[in-house]
Amino acid sequence: MGEELRLPIAADVDVVEARQQGRALAAVAGFSSGEQTVIAAAISEIARNILMYAKRGEVTLSLSQNGDRQGVVIIAVDQGPGIPDIERAMQYGYSTSHGVGAGLPGAKRLMDEFELKSVPGQGTTVIMKKWRRAI
Amino acid sequence: MEVPILRQGQYLIASIQSALTDADLSHLREALIAQVGRSRCRGVIVDVTALDVMDSFAVRTLRDIAHMARLRGAETVIVGIQPDVAFAMVQLGLTLKGVATVLDLEEGLAFLTRRTEERTLEAKPKKPSGRG
Repeated sequence: MGEELRLPIAADVDVVEARQQGRALAAVAGFSSGEQTVIAAAISEIARNILMYAKRGEVTLSLSQNGDRQGVVIIAVDQGPGIPDIERAMQYGYSTSHGVGAGLPGAKRLMDEFELKSVPGQGTTVIMKKWRRAI
Repeated sequence: MEVPILRQGQYLIASIQSALTDADLSHLREALIAQVGRSRCRGVIVDVTALDVMDSFAVRTLRDIAHMARLRGAETVIVGIQPDVAFAMVQLGLTLKGVATVLDLEEGLAFLTRRTEERTLEAKPKKPSGRG
């Protein structure tokens, strides 16, 4: 539904741009300002992960309809080194980069749907969705 | 986007004006810690009212600022976390454990005044009690 917004991620300003665009899209979809912030935070985490581990990649934002629910879909793709141990990468507090370890598991907590695909040596794809609560 | 750091008496006030990149946040940390020494400050206020989001990097950097400033003899207080930002932080599981947070700049100044007074009292030798 609607067009999608493709945002290259190659520098830290792109992380800010992606989360601001995500917030704007969430506002269009009618999310509350609290939920807009949650969505922006999730985008910030996965976009930073691209930068940190793959150096570059892309975040695609779009709106989606599921029955009478409207939502945002965020797809983050990179052709980086991939994640050798997905189970550990999804553990809260685990980090291979001296980070907080809240990136991927944090984004998962924030969103309603979260899917992670990664092939070592080929790259990583994260698909996450947030649905607007029915009024 | 550089964050202006103002000096008010014994305190430094870093007033964030807009969304910050990771590099901006790291730069703010370096600048504050350097200036704590240069201006011999006893307190640091970081005003985050204008921050749209506090993700794991922002929270970690603020925590680092507070801990590093303490090692340099200055107390830090974070002021102005917006309701939506607090909501997202809690959902992300991010805490500012060990870091003082108060509602706004006014409260921040009051907090630092109290803390620096306490420190000064602690530093003074105790007066003999009773009739002496």
